[in-house]
Amino acid sequence: MTATTIPSGSGIPSGPGKSASRWLHRHPRTRLIALIGAPATWMIVLYIGSLASLFLTSLYRLNDDGSGIDKVIGTQNYRTLIDQSVYLDIALRTVKIAVLVTLVDIVLALPIAFFIAKVVGGLWRRLLIASVLVPLWASYLVKAFSWRAIIGSPGGVLDKTFGVSPNYGEVGLIIVLAYLWLPYMIVPIYAGLERLPDSLLDASSDLGAHFGFTFRRVVLPLLFPSIVAGSVFTFSLSLGDYIAVDLVGGKTQVIGSVVYDNFSADLPFAAAFAVVPVIVMVAYILGIRRSGALENL
Amino acid sequence: MHFPRRVRMLFGGMTGLVLAFLYLPLAIIVVLSFNTVSSLSWPPKGFTLHWWQSAMHSTGARDALLVSLKTAAGATAIALVLGLLAALAVHRFKFFGRETLNLMIVLPIALPGIVTGIALNAAFRQAGFDLGLLTLIIAHATFCIVVLYNNLLARFRRLSPNLEEASADLGAHTFQTFRYVTFPLLRTALLAGGLLAFGLSFDEIVVTTFTSGAGLETLPIWIFKNLSRGDQQPIVTVVATAVMLLSVIPVWLAQRLTSGDGPLTGGTR
Amino acid sequence: MKNARYLGALVAMTLLAAACGDDKKSSGEALAAIGEGEKALNLVVWAGYAEDGSTYPEYDWVHPFQDQTGCVVKSKIAATSDEMFQLMGTGDYDGVSASGDASVRLIDAKLVDPVNTALIKNYADLSPFLKDQRYNSSDGKNYGIPHGWGANYLMWRTDVVTTAPDSWSVVFDKGSPYAGKVTAYDAPIYIADAALYLKTAQPDLGIEDPYSLNQAQFDASVALLKDQHSIIGEYWNDYTKTQGAFEQGSTVLGTTWQVIFNLATTNGAPLETVVPKEGATGWSDTWMVSSKAAHPNCMYMWMDYITSPAVQAQVAYYFGEAPANPKACDEINTQFADPTHCDVFKANDSAFAQSIAFWATPRKQCLNGKGSDCVPFSAWIKAWTEIKG
Repeated sequence: MTATTIPSGSGIPSGPGKSASRWLHRHPRTRLIALIGAPATWMIVLYIGSLASLFLTSLYRLNDDGSGIDKVIGTQNYRTLIDQSVYLDIALRTVKIAVLVTLVDIVLALPIAFFIAKVVGGLWRRLLIASVLVPLWASYLVKAFSWRAIIGSPGGVLDKTFGVSPNYGEVGLIIVLAYLWLPYMIVPIYAGLERLPDSLLDASSDLGAHFGFTFRRVVLPLLFPSIVAGSVFTFSLSLGDYIAVDLVGGKTQVIGSVVYDNFSADLPFAAAFAVVPVIVMVAYILGIRRSGALENL
Repeated sequence: MHFPRRVRMLFGGMTGLVLAFLYLPLAIIVVLSFNTVSSLSWPPKGFTLHWWQSAMHSTGARDALLVSLKTAAGATAIALVLGLLAALAVHRFKFFGRETLNLMIVLPIALPGIVTGIALNAAFRQAGFDLGLLTLIIAHATFCIVVLYNNLLARFRRLSPNLEEASADLGAHTFQTFRYVTFPLLRTALLAGGLLAFGLSFDEIVVTTFTSGAGLETLPIWIFKNLSRGDQQPIVTVVATAVMLLSVIPVWLAQRLTSGDGPLTGGTR
Repeated sequence: MKNARYLGALVAMTLLAAACGDDKKSSGEALAAIGEGEKALNLVVWAGYAEDGSTYPEYDWVHPFQDQTGCVVKSKIAATSDEMFQLMGTGDYDGVSASGDASVRLIDAKLVDPVNTALIKNYADLSPFLKDQRYNSSDGKNYGIPHGWGANYLMWRTDVVTTAPDSWSVVFDKGSPYAGKVTAYDAPIYIADAALYLKTAQPDLGIEDPYSLNQAQFDASVALLKDQHSIIGEYWNDYTKTQGAFEQGSTVLGTTWQVIFNLATTNGAPLETVVPKEGATGWSDTWMVSSKAAHPNCMYMWMDYITSPAVQAQVAYYFGEAPANPKACDEINTQFADPTHCDVFKANDSAFAQSIAFWATPRKQCLNGKGSDCVPFSAWIKAWTEIKG
């Protein structure tokens, strides 16, 4: 950027802003710090600091009669997690559920996002997007409770209408979680499709490809970052959920339920188990960085 | 864009199914808000306006709504500022730790709410802060920042850099360029991001559970409390319906304002 | 490079701050006399214990209290005893309505102070079988004022379970015809229910007190519950969840509270309850004073207020429990035209109350005083996660 002297009478006022601007221009470091200082401090001190504190707590131990925490560092909580197979079972089950929920959401989101972004336009498009966003504003709790009345068996809506219903359990849980997070998958995919030039699709069909081929070989690969971005939401929301699980999951236990159950009674242990989804998500995010998905969140 | 009729019908049909899927439980919620039976069960046994009347007179609901609005507003405001600052920095400068900062900002929304919740809870208590509206706003702002940050960063990437250079060439200094050129171009991204952040904070329950204090109830906490009362459940369906209906306004407005930004945004089309 | 150093310093500082705990001192003594109200009161309560009219306008005993004493009440609702314990640990609250599976822990952790019952004028009227129990007293000192109590009943849908059961064996039967539709209470304390059953069903285990279990007795109870897991449809700790399930028919058999029976039958579900021959566990809630209470005078005023007959009537009727103060029974009739409440909830049935194994927190030092190698509650918590799988 080249700054030129202001010709007199140009109508642009000079003043403190001008001199500050000139000074800043000569001190790019300060500019950076002025910009990055507040958010960086906030994130590091508040968030990373509290995560570090959580990790530290996970190394502590509940004292024998359960009345308080011994601030003695040790890995006993992690050893329990590794020794007792139930925790690995729970962790794997939770990851499995999160993966399935993500897949279901991808399958459901693609057609509707494509329809909105490419097939319709103008007023219809705005209406449809609004109709996808409005459910996000209905309370998560009430939606989950409503699903309780839907999938219960006997006596739920599905059971009374079709005579068959998944009932409370893993299958029901996957359906409900997929329902709850669906808009979070639709939005990034829609945004990605919006950025996809129509000309590409035209070119593909001009070259003789029928629609299915175009969709599979042109659209999907280009959408990959957006799909991955959406998956970050569905995956992490499913990984940590304990409320919907309690309402529609039947007796299913997931990471969130164990952490929540232990939070009051045995905080160090809860903290240790909470480290598991952190590791999974951090690994996932680091893994997807290359796909460019992070820019599409 | 012209697609063959079969394709249009196929996708249209699938869209219809997905929309039905999205709205079926919501329809049930609305219907149950008029149910005479006091628990959330199907089918409805009668029609009554009792719950709607009860909700309108409910001081608990009103107070909780106010708390939720205050929290969301505070969190969104902080997120707007911090998100904008961070996006500006990351877009314009290459600096050591840029990747790390990017990762850090994403973490609060990538990590499960329960982790964020108990981490912040432990941290606040260790630091001796009383849990209350302030800690709640701070907690919410932390996961709202990323929403603004990403929206703004995406917008920055679509903006042609020539505009700012042209402004400087014409003699404007940094702040003037920002105020008269950059900011107006960011407005819709700020609006869209702000709306999304507001919505996220408004409906959030997990982090809230761990970072609000004695007696402070947001709307989701109030809803949870009433779902736990066996004879009060339909009142939450009223509140959920009302919020849903009211939300149509800002969602629709945001849609109108953010679509069709035109060539200035320098899109890829 | 500079950035990295600053980063490191900041993180280190926060870690240090995290490592330094925050220890407030407790007085350890009961209040000698009730002084001036401090104009504020922070409580941890079960849902429905401190109603202020925001749920139902006609159920409000908080505002009259505030008007009478000037103590402005802020209540935090806890969903589980564990949550209550944790909230009390913060030191931000003056008092708590603790159930037995929290109260002993609170006493042991010195989070609550002894209570001077002489300062509570209604104390003399309270049911004698609730006073000086092991869940609200320790070492001869009294730690709380009884609030209300109830039993954990066995309930079933009469249209599905056609033979009325009289034993808990029906919920522990691995080959149950109702598999997938059985429920159990979702908390580690439920292990005591298994132990209570085994006390009769397997007498050679020698179980006397379901809350004082040695390792062998504990392991047997856990094994029973792991078997039970296969027939369970849902566990519950939020009573509306199981109420809806019984109404819907997705649950047909299991542990419940009287209030669930009342509400579900009002909504038309065909149900019956019984206290099986092996006995039942139950809960008796106690108001306790925090050792870090900032407003002890208001807390004592509250405890006196909440045990007065008129308020006990409202509380017991609204929540669905037996009031600690039997004088409330007439009040319930006066206020709510319900002459049968106390009979239904057996408020005056001392024999019944004494037959209930009220929740108490297991500790290494056996609660029944017979030994010091009982399984502590922390092990119960871990076991519960394993039971649920």
